[in-house]
Amino acid sequence: MAQQAHDASVSDWAGGRSPFAVGSKKLGMWLFILSDTLTFTALLVAYTYVRVANEGWPRPFEPSSIALASVMTFCLLSSSLTMVLAVAAAHRGDRATAAKWIWATIAGGLAFIVLHGYEWMQLIEHGVTPFGNPWGVPLFGATFFTLTGLHMTHVTAGVIYLAIVAQGFRGGRFDSEDVEVSGLYWHFVDLVWMFIFPLVYLLSNVI
Amino acid sequence: MAEEVQTHAAHHEAPSGWVRKYVFSTDHKVIGIQYYMLALFSVLVGVGLSVLIRLNLAWPGTEISILGTLFPEGAPGGIMTPEFYLAMLTMHGTIMVFFVLTTAPQGGFGNYFLPIQIGADDMAFPILNMLSFWVTFLALAVIMAAFFVEGGAPISGWTAYPPLSALGEIAGPGLGTGQSLWVVSIALFCVASLLGALNFITTTIDMRAKGLTMMRLPLTVWGWFVTAILGLLAFGVLLSAGVLLLLDRWAGTSFFIPGGLVVSDQAIDHTGGSPLLWQHLFWFFGHPEVYIAILPGMGAVSHILATFARKPVFGYNAMAFAIIAIGAVSFIVWGHHMFLSGMSPYTAIVFSLTTTAVAVPSAIKTFNWLGTLWGGRIQLTTAMLYALGFVSLFVSGGVTGLFLNQPAVDVYLHDTYFVVGHFHMIMGVAAIFGIFAATYYWFSKMFGRHLNEFWGKVHFWITFVGVYCIFMPMHNLGIGGQPRRYAELTAFDFLQPLVSLQQFISIAAFITAAAQIIFVANFVYSLFKGRVAEMNPWRATTIEWEVPSPPPHDNFGGKFPVVYRGPYEYSVPGAEEDFVPQTAPDARGSTG
Repeated sequence: MAQQAHDASVSDWAGGRSPFAVGSKKLGMWLFILSDTLTFTALLVAYTYVRVANEGWPRPFEPSSIALASVMTFCLLSSSLTMVLAVAAAHRGDRATAAKWIWATIAGGLAFIVLHGYEWMQLIEHGVTPFGNPWGVPLFGATFFTLTGLHMTHVTAGVIYLAIVAQGFRGGRFDSEDVEVSGLYWHFVDLVWMFIFPLVYLLSNVI
Repeated sequence: MAEEVQTHAAHHEAPSGWVRKYVFSTDHKVIGIQYYMLALFSVLVGVGLSVLIRLNLAWPGTEISILGTLFPEGAPGGIMTPEFYLAMLTMHGTIMVFFVLTTAPQGGFGNYFLPIQIGADDMAFPILNMLSFWVTFLALAVIMAAFFVEGGAPISGWTAYPPLSALGEIAGPGLGTGQSLWVVSIALFCVASLLGALNFITTTIDMRAKGLTMMRLPLTVWGWFVTAILGLLAFGVLLSAGVLLLLDRWAGTSFFIPGGLVVSDQAIDHTGGSPLLWQHLFWFFGHPEVYIAILPGMGAVSHILATFARKPVFGYNAMAFAIIAIGAVSFIVWGHHMFLSGMSPYTAIVFSLTTTAVAVPSAIKTFNWLGTLWGGRIQLTTAMLYALGFVSLFVSGGVTGLFLNQPAVDVYLHDTYFVVGHFHMIMGVAAIFGIFAATYYWFSKMFGRHLNEFWGKVHFWITFVGVYCIFMPMHNLGIGGQPRRYAELTAFDFLQPLVSLQQFISIAAFITAAAQIIFVANFVYSLFKGRVAEMNPWRATTIEWEVPSPPPHDNFGGKFPVVYRGPYEYSVPGAEEDFVPQTAPDARGSTG
């Protein structure tokens, strides 16, 4: 099998090997990301649909709210950078450094969750619920909590996933590809946020 | 990285212990049979419900004492209430679409035969595969529970259109707990299907045997592969829609509930939502779902026609590309379910055009099936009869699609029995015929014994004539103006002339349903007492016929096959026999 994989005369799709030269786990993660993209797309389409259908969509976010959301964005994006460093270290075989960078990524994720939780609490104190808010169209709260809630669920799951990978990789149970696969998931979660941040926050700032 | 793929093969020993072997098994063959049995149970429930539906349509008010005992609320004194009828209708549709048509061809046969046909020892992710099955099982348990909760099963149809499905019990019986269970069940089913789809795609891409290029795949594998891609892209959207519907029901949001509704004399305190949003999300899933049900059947039928015509599949490449084309187009046709829901007529024109385009790859497939049969030495086994029945039903059901995809015609035919006849022909019984064809073809490989051919043919002829007698006249009912979903139609004057036709359909349905007892009896009897099957009883070419019946735990006993040729080399000039296995290195077919 191994010598066949290096035989350049045989097409990548001729069977007996992975045509993309990746392990099944990595391919599986890409496919999961593809399907999860559709799940988030459906929610974003629903948000767009009801936002267009309802006149006077609230735009309640003060500059301070946008600033907080920007800090959250910064935490998440930085955690993508540390994840890249973790994957690079993992590929070098430097297990301790890789684990360290994964823990840094987890810290970024946790900071995001804490700040996001704080933001939710603030909004709830202002009377924003899934079925009403002080500024009009009740669906504002519904779309906000659904979109950010599903995203936060993904971040939380990611933090747990990364913790397992960090421990497992340090202990030698996982290989560098497992780290890379978890990195794919983490970058995807960040990428989703890069759609939510402008569409939900920046489009709803106080004019 | 090739080594990575190979490690799956290395660590694969048969589990010991009954539970690991037959219940929580990671063996794709056991999981395939589990899926098949789950679908068999579901189809019996679904057929039972359709018998009740037909009984009520032809003879409303008939007393069925056992119903009165089982469901004192829904059928007081054994007489169905209209709401109970709708509950039966909803459950019939849901169980048939999700737990039979989606489950048996893909989860059942796909799981069992995809790895063997590509020369792999198992799926890429065996544990995920086990999880898919058990989540599907949980989904079935949840939806079955809806029969027995307070208020009974939901009455909003298999499409669960809001606002009816979003408002809770105020909107009718079964829309409280029953509807919630429905949504939870479907959400679970989505998760299970996504996991399954991911597994099928990875397996097909990564684990094909050496020499098995994509264009040497059996058409069955093409069917399962493209179906998995459709599932991967479609079920995620339904999952989102389900989550939003649950939020509307439980968290007080109004994604799908418009303002100003008055239901059961009460003003509803929701504003801003749109029932159309559900329809868009649902049908974005719902139309690919139709092909999720039928593509594996198309694959199996192509496979079986070639085997029993002793000829290569006519136009193999065109067949594979037609499957891909149907899959691709299926994502841009969902609006044809919504011509009358208030969508812009200009949008309707676009959806009408894309829908008509489906006819092109469908016609290619039909033409090539006939081309495969042309001049063949046809063996009319039961599997072959069912495959021919599939082609017949696919054409008969497909042709009426050309009426319905014209918005102007659909204005009249929408939500009539014409539509019921159409989708039962093409999505319902055509797909079921694909399942039957596959069952009669592969039973011997799966269980090591043959189904009885004589009783198989009796079962085929009654079922074949039966389904035409049931579903063809429905088109007439629809043209006569009979609407769908009504519990009682006998009271309407303009439908009086159709009452006898209605009764004819019901009698045909009872006979056809009763004939399925022949199948179940044949199945159970053959499982234990059937004629013992040899390795390759149909003298077929693909890899599953090169392993014992049933195959050993890792399929190949550690010796992985190498593929040298395409999947349908029948009647090759100069060959020793009239078939050349895919694994034969020599064109004359000698495997030695």
